[in-house]
Parts: sequence; C-alpha cells; structure tokens
Amino acid sequence: MSGRLRTLAATTASVLITLFGLTVVTFFIGRVMPIDPIVAILGDHAPPDVVARVRIELGLNRPLWYQFWIFFRNLIHLDLGRSVMTTHPVLHDIGRYFPATFELATAAMIVATLIGVPLGVLAAVRQGTRTDHIVRVFSLAGSSIPVFMLAMLSLVVFYAALGWLPGTGQVSVVYDGIAPRITGMLVIDAAITGHWNTFYNALLHLIQPALVLAYFSMAYITRMTRGFMLDALRGEYITTARAKGLSAARIVWRHAFGNIWVQLITVLALTYAGLLEGAVVTETVFSWPGLGQYLTNSLLNADMNAVLGSTLVIGVIYVFLNLLADVLYRLMDPRVR
Amino acid sequence: MKVEIANLSIAFPTPRGPSLAVRGVSLTLGSEKLGIVGESGSGKSLTARSLLKLLPPEARVTADRLAFDGIDVLTATERQMRSIRGKRAGLILQDPKFSLNPVMTAGEQIAEAWRLHRRSSRREAREATLDLLAQVQIRDPARVAGAYPHELSGGMGQRVMIAMMMAPDPELLIADEPTSALDATVQAEILRLMEDLVSRRGMSLILISHDLPLVSHFCDRVVVMYAGRIVEELKAAGLARAEHPYTRGLLACLPTLSHPQPRLATMTRDPAWMDGSS
Repeated sequence: MSGRLRTLAATTASVLITLFGLTVVTFFIGRVMPIDPIVAILGDHAPPDVVARVRIELGLNRPLWYQFWIFFRNLIHLDLGRSVMTTHPVLHDIGRYFPATFELATAAMIVATLIGVPLGVLAAVRQGTRTDHIVRVFSLAGSSIPVFMLAMLSLVVFYAALGWLPGTGQVSVVYDGIAPRITGMLVIDAAITGHWNTFYNALLHLIQPALVLAYFSMAYITRMTRGFMLDALRGEYITTARAKGLSAARIVWRHAFGNIWVQLITVLALTYAGLLEGAVVTETVFSWPGLGQYLTNSLLNADMNAVLGSTLVIGVIYVFLNLLADVLYRLMDPRVR
Repeated sequence: MKVEIANLSIAFPTPRGPSLAVRGVSLTLGSEKLGIVGESGSGKSLTARSLLKLLPPEARVTADRLAFDGIDVLTATERQMRSIRGKRAGLILQDPKFSLNPVMTAGEQIAEAWRLHRRSSRREAREATLDLLAQVQIRDPARVAGAYPHELSGGMGQRVMIAMMMAPDPELLIADEPTSALDATVQAEILRLMEDLVSRRGMSLILISHDLPLVSHFCDRVVVMYAGRIVEELKAAGLARAEHPYTRGLLACLPTLSHPQPRLATMTRDPAWMDGSS
C-alpha cells in the first residue's frame, strides 16, 4: 500500500512540476515577443504620457520576475486577467469558446477511433496483403497532408462544387442564437431543448470540420493500432490460442486486441489532447467559434492575457489527459496493477 | 488415432532462394509416446507443428502424405483444422511466461478451452477448471484460477498450460520442449505429471526435446533429427545401441557421475550428415 501511495505522490509531484514549468515557459514566451501590449490597448497614436501611465498601471515597468510573481499569484486565484479584445475576464471567454472546441474535437475523436482502430486491426491481420497496403497509404496520406489544405480542399469539393454540406461556421445565421445555451455545445443544446431544425443544421455544419480533424487523427490511430497488433499477433500466446482451436475472430479480438487496448487508450488520450489543442488551424479555416479561433484572434490582436490564458488552459488539459491515460493504464492492465 | 508423415519438407523463402528447414521427414505414430530429439534448428518443432498447421504463414510445406487420423492436413481447410486443434490434438509450448495470455487469468484460459469443445454453462466450466487444476496437482485451484500468468511460477504456469490442453480430452498431445524453460528440479515433476496424465487417458504423446536421455526415459520410441532430417530412429530402451555418429556423439558429450572425465568430449560434425548419406 505504501508503494501505491508513493506512486501517487510521485505522480502528483510530476504533474505540479509540469504545470509550473508550463506556466513559466508560457509567461516568458509571452514577454519576450516583440509586441507592445500597450500599443495593442491604446493604438499607435496615443500621447506618450498616457502610454507611460498605462505602463505603470499594468505593472510593466516592474522587473520581469516581479511581473511573473503577480501573474502566478493571480493564477493561483484562477484570475487570468482581462482580455483587451473582449474586455471580459479571460477565464470567462475561455468558458465561452471552449465548448465549441470540445464538441468538434470529441466528434472528430469518435469518428477517428471508430474507423482508425478497426482499420489498424484489419491491416495487421492482413499484413502484407493488398488490404494492408491500401490502409497504410490511406493513413499515411492522412498524416502527410497539411490540415489546412485538406480543410480547404474539402470546402471546395463538398461545399462549393457539390453543395452537399454547408460551409463555414457552427450553424447557419438563421438558426443562430435560437437554441438556449446550456452546455455551449450547439448540437447537444439544440437536441436537449428540442430545437430539431437547429440541431440538424448544426450537425451538418459539424460534419466537415470533424471529418477533416478525424482523418488526421485516424491516420495516427490506425498506424499505432496496426503496430501494436502486429506485435501482439507475434506473441507465443497467439500460437497457444490457435492450438486451442479458437476462431480467428476470437484470437484477434479476445487474445491479441485484449492485450493492446490498454496501450491503445494512452494513444487515444494523447490524440484527443492533441485534438483539443490542435484544432487551431481547422477552426480558423472553418470559422469555428472555438478556443483555437479565440487564440488566433488574440495573437493577431496582441491580446497577451488571452494568449497566455488559452495556452495555459490547453496545456493543463494536455497534462491531465496524460495523467488520466496513465491512471487508466494502471487500473486496467493486470501486469502493472 | 494415427499420424502419418511421408517425405515432409518445409521451406522458408529467403532473399537467396528457399531455405529448407525440414527435408524429407517420414514417420508414423500410433498409440505410443514418441520422442523427437535434435538441436535448435534441426526441424523437430516445425515437423510437429506442421501436423496442426501452426507454421508461420511464409512456410512452404510439401509432403507425399501428412495426415492426422486419415484427415489430409495439407488440403484441410481452416475449419477442419480447428476441429483437430485443441479438441483432438493439444500443443504444449516451451515457456508459460510467453505462451499464456498475460491479460487473462489462468482460470479464464482453461475455461475457454473447455467451453470451446463442449456446450456447457459458465458454472460447469468453472467447476471443470478447478477440477483440471486439481488434476495437474495444484494444491490451491481456486487461487491459481484467479491468478494472472505473471503471478505464477514457471512450473505453475506449465501446469496451467497442461490443464488447458487436457481440457478437451485430446487423443494426441504434442509437447514442444515443455520443460526447457523450467528449473531442473521442476522439470522432472512436470514430465512425470504429463506422462501420468497421458498414460491414464490413453493418449499419444510427441515429446520434443534436445535432451536425449530425458526423452528416452519418458518415451517408447525416439527419433533423432539433424539439419532437417531424421538420422536415427530407435527404441527408447536401445539408446546405447545407437548407430548414427551424431547420436553417438551426443551421448558421448554427456557428463556422468559414475565415469568422471577430465575433459568432456566435443562434437565433430561430418558435412556428410547434412545429405543424410552416412
């Protein structure tokens, strides 16, 4: 039991250190950027005495370590400062924008997992055959084509040329603001309040960005699943399972997959974390009102509090999904339990 | 039950053309205990596994006849093979550390083998599992049934493996170096257990090993393989009358307590053995 406590302590310590490191790096990157936040607030033509006053008010005249101390103290109180652009507290803004990202990333993740894992298993079982080659090329393409390119191609084909799917945005203007905001995820809000037209429209809008994101992640999931499965299928216990006279399906799913799904969860968790942070480009192309777009706009407007805040939140999500994967691994795998 | 193997060859493709691992092996097996002895790479394991069609997919098998109880294994479908594997012929592998599924409990793995070949309820399977574990002389069947392979010792693991392969009550048991991964003290126990079970159930046994005296002790008949061929076939009792220089060489290399030698003999290999022309 003391061993388990020690593991817990070590894990907590490593999470805290990671989070602190994240804060330090984020803060100093924000400060060394050649952007003057005062210009961002006051504009180019503000009189020098006003600039000097604001500089003192914001504490930007103090030494860097002192500025960090203030930032860190506020952070402990969950105060990320105010966004210059929206004038709201950054945390409030993030609460507004994050659900859309969560909705998009989760939809993409579900698709990527449901397609990627079986494809990886299939490729491994049929290693070296044409099926395997097709799957590998398909997944290699997914990880090689830049996301913005795929996103724009998809818009050109399915929106502009074929007209099968709506274009950018989370929902068409006519449905905007109709369903009351509950979770912030439009598809879910519309469904639980029974606004079925909005639901249908939002769902159609979700398909394209979700599929683009999913393709990218699916490629990775497929390759990892295939690799894990090839390893597992080479195991001696697979020979044992075959010698018992088990069916191919049972050997593949119960014996081989049964040995890799715990490892796979780690991969899935990290992919999901990557989706939550990495949707920046996709959100921009599809004008998706999520955290990625908030972050991009803040950057372009030199809204440093917003940039620092969103970066930190994304980092924290990443660290905690990592931790979750680690904990699940320990709970699920009899060899480390 | 009768096993017939005639002129069996197994080849593996290499960049320099096919490489023959087994070259023209012929043997038959009835209700008896057969030992196959040979060094690593002599083809003994491949020969035995070809009977169950459990070779790596790239292996190319040819034979004039390869039959299990009249069923032509060469042309048998996967479905026909599945009715032989486990149910009629079991296979015990070398190291339970690798041959047992690490994420299933010992009990689950035995029950799976049991249920596969009989339509029975979960409860019956559970009782049968405990009974089988008792038959392989495990003192605390309930605990072992709930244990994962990494929680078991090598000897325990091999008992579980034996219980699992005995579950469907097969006619033939192929044991592929079943004790090589175990401590010397446990080896004898496991072999005695296996022999006991095989005799009591009237099963046939193919015992593959590189330990010539050990095999001759437990088997009726021994074939010696070298470089993919059978170089000698003997009654186990007639080991001392072995004729082939390879077999004699092997026996000469063994240290004995009754006649200590200052220096052990080493093997001098004759390239002619490769062609089987000696």
